[in-house]
Amino acid sequence: MRKHIGTGIAVLATAALLAGCSSAGEDTDSGEQAIDGEGQTLTIWVDENREPAVEAAAATFEEETGATVELVQKNFDDIRNDFIAQVPTGDGPDITVGAHDWLGALVAAGVVNTIDLGDKASEFEQVAIDAMTYEGQLYALPYSLETLALIQNVDLVGEEAPTTWDEMIEVGLASGAERPFVISTNGQTGDGYLMYGFQTSFGAPVFVQDSSGSYTTEVGMGGAAGEAFATWLGANGEAGTGYISTTVDYAINNELFNSGAAPFTVQGPWAIGEYTDVNVAVNPIPSAGGEEAAPFVGVQGFYLSSQSENTLLANEFLVNYLGTEDAQRALYEADPRIPAWSTLAEEVAEDPIIAGFLASSQAGVPMPSIPEMGSVWDYWNAAESQIITGQDPVSTWNTMITELSAAVAG
Amino acid sequence: MSVKEAEGQVSPPSDDRTPRRSGESHARGWRGVGWGFIVKLILVALVNAFGVMVVISAFRVESWFILGAMIVLVAAVDVVYFTRRALPLKYLLPGLIFLLAFQVFIFGYTAYIAFTNYGTGHAGTQEQAVEAALIQGERRVENSPTYPLAVVERGLGELGFAINDDGTVLVGSELEPLSEVGEMGAGAPTDVPGWTIVERSRLLSDQALQQTVIDLRVPVSDDPNDGSIRSRDGSSGAVYESTLVWDEQAQTITDTTDGTVYHATDRGSFVADDGSSLPAGWFVGVGFDNFVKIFTDPRLAEPLLLVAAWTFVFAILSVLVPFALGLLFALVFNDPRVRGRRVLRTLFILPYAFPVFLSALVFRGMFNAEFGVINDLFFFGANINWLGDPWLARFAVLFVNVWLSFPYWFLVCTGALQAIPTDALEAAEIDGAGRFRRFWSIILPLLLVSTAPLAIASFAVGFNNFTVIYLFNNGGPPIPGAPYGLGYTDILISAIYDISGVSGGAADFGLASALAIVVFIVVGVIAAISFRQTRRLEEFQ
Repeated sequence: MRKHIGTGIAVLATAALLAGCSSAGEDTDSGEQAIDGEGQTLTIWVDENREPAVEAAAATFEEETGATVELVQKNFDDIRNDFIAQVPTGDGPDITVGAHDWLGALVAAGVVNTIDLGDKASEFEQVAIDAMTYEGQLYALPYSLETLALIQNVDLVGEEAPTTWDEMIEVGLASGAERPFVISTNGQTGDGYLMYGFQTSFGAPVFVQDSSGSYTTEVGMGGAAGEAFATWLGANGEAGTGYISTTVDYAINNELFNSGAAPFTVQGPWAIGEYTDVNVAVNPIPSAGGEEAAPFVGVQGFYLSSQSENTLLANEFLVNYLGTEDAQRALYEADPRIPAWSTLAEEVAEDPIIAGFLASSQAGVPMPSIPEMGSVWDYWNAAESQIITGQDPVSTWNTMITELSAAVAG
Repeated sequence: MSVKEAEGQVSPPSDDRTPRRSGESHARGWRGVGWGFIVKLILVALVNAFGVMVVISAFRVESWFILGAMIVLVAAVDVVYFTRRALPLKYLLPGLIFLLAFQVFIFGYTAYIAFTNYGTGHAGTQEQAVEAALIQGERRVENSPTYPLAVVERGLGELGFAINDDGTVLVGSELEPLSEVGEMGAGAPTDVPGWTIVERSRLLSDQALQQTVIDLRVPVSDDPNDGSIRSRDGSSGAVYESTLVWDEQAQTITDTTDGTVYHATDRGSFVADDGSSLPAGWFVGVGFDNFVKIFTDPRLAEPLLLVAAWTFVFAILSVLVPFALGLLFALVFNDPRVRGRRVLRTLFILPYAFPVFLSALVFRGMFNAEFGVINDLFFFGANINWLGDPWLARFAVLFVNVWLSFPYWFLVCTGALQAIPTDALEAAEIDGAGRFRRFWSIILPLLLVSTAPLAIASFAVGFNNFTVIYLFNNGGPPIPGAPYGLGYTDILISAIYDISGVSGGAADFGLASALAIVVFIVVGVIAAISFRQTRRLEEFQ
């Protein structure tokens, strides 16, 4: 029933624009091995940044197969929900671009198909393949990685990378800047994502990983390690040293760093463009708790819809047209992120900034893609925000662990 | 118009000079050139053409609901505009259609969702959930090489796979396990005795054939546990084994690796006896569960109660305070002794002219405890945590909303004050009523007659004022331990937004819809009661 209503009134208004179905192409069996996808249409959802690159691969594909590729430009943040909502109604695309941490939700909604890269899988960075793997099955063609790293102001503190939090604060104070370090907490909301590198250096991962590296649904932030992190967070929060404060959001963070008011910050590659007034160096995140800081690695890739009517064709496009060095290079040039294609990653690592993020990503862990992660953010961010504003770290943290475990258990 | 006169007459198009009978509508008139009728005919024809186009498109995408609705609407339009009886409907129909499409339908659909568990993990039909489970349960056998493969066919469209295993050509079909048929070099088999190779070009230009190839599993041997060959692209294959088996009669999915049996439940998921479940579910009607959950789930009910209470406080104060403030300024600037009233009035209307999106964000920055101008300028650099403390954050968001909405009341009250007859006030003055008494007994009651309905509308707007709440502090600071990231300044509508998971996180559309309906009922009841009360005010007229 939903299928019929669910397409909604919008269809009333846009019915005029609906593309008619294809007429089956003439079957000209010329005996040669050229693919003839005449009359077949592949619909692909892309976001604004990646559209030109996919466009290029699509043009080659159209030329070689005669099929039509229809690119639909969507806002990246809307894709996850729209894909989950539209695939079951039959209106979804054949292929969509997406982030790996949606995977659990997409699997739970039953809207993605597994893909088989065969021998091509070895061409990609292992962390990217792992991130797109769910319960031992690969669900997407990865193409880029992103992670957080320590960004420092070279003019104030030099190129030398601090390895521990204390060392960084010391160097930061010595530089004479207004504050030694700045990090965004997304205002009052809290930002567990940005803090995660420091959290893992205390040995408190968000979920426990099993031997194969996939996440279980057991919350791993509790216990002594989690309490140690919470205590550290409180000690550096507004009631303590004040280095971490809920008055800083993304914009203020970038403003403080770019004006030289703080020599160190933790941010992702998307923020580099904001730092036009300072010379930056990018390094792995320093350790606050003694262990190696492992920030979240996010992977972008292309998913295949489970309800696609052109599965073979879509597979062909995905594996043999997007899964090539040329296509991956075009994607990198359209949207410079760390490539998941190994040889390309080495090539672009000549850029010191990319190299810094790459080094940081090698220490990183994939962001959990299990559906349970969806309920983590709200509790986790809120607890960190409360601890930073000066509430009792250990009890706040443990309350959060209790609530979160209950929510994860359903 | 005189229906009787026109009734039953088929008036032939007559001589141009015959005047149109008076009282007959232009759209009916056939006398004269009959332009009115022609224009109507063209307009209705356009509407019909659009309707037919939608019907055809809806038929193509198999959207029966829209197809049916469109046929009914088009028929209704034709009947209304070509009969003589339905005169009032001719004026009402366009509005009615839009009301149905954009109000009634949306409300009905929200109500429908509220009684389902549509959301994360329950997105499609059971059939799709089974399909997804089978996809997810099929694994490539570890260490299985990728074989060059050709799709082959024999007889009446029996399809099979031919693979090249290190120079040995093997062929098989769904019913026949792989068997050796010859030798060859590298690459996909090009010649298979007893079978014809399906050209790749044909394969990719035939959707149905593609689907068959994707679904084809060729057993490796007679033992099903050895797995089967499947192909994803029609040119290479590998050995896969399926770990999940669907039994439609029993409505169960069995995991063949460890023998776990997952039963389909009436809550739309596959659950095993030990409580574990498969990831993909489907959405089903759950009756009043969502409504019950709102009021009884301890983790949800408490924060929601807090949110609901604050919603009322916020909505009521968002009317009362700006109203009082606006009225005060209106009274002051209504006094002829004030100089430069025009300039001052213009200045006071300014906040109303700024877009909310802009001012809410600007205020957010101004209220920042460390960098904000409010602490720096007005509190001499004191570190007042405007956004981090529950009560201060509530005060701040209310302050912003008052600042945004008092000019509206200032305008309304200025207009209403000037409409109050001066003779009544003069009479009161002669009778010796003081300034305060005049305000309380004459000005205010007369003012309320025209402003009370606006206040009710304003209450409803404040009740659902998502924009200010979301932009100013995103509902923060967070309530400790509350699900969905609910915060102290969240109002019901922003709580619904958080629960719906539109911004990420776990989505529960069913629960969000149920909450939306509760909000609708609350606002509706309050508005209805208030409008009844305002009728009493009209006695003052």
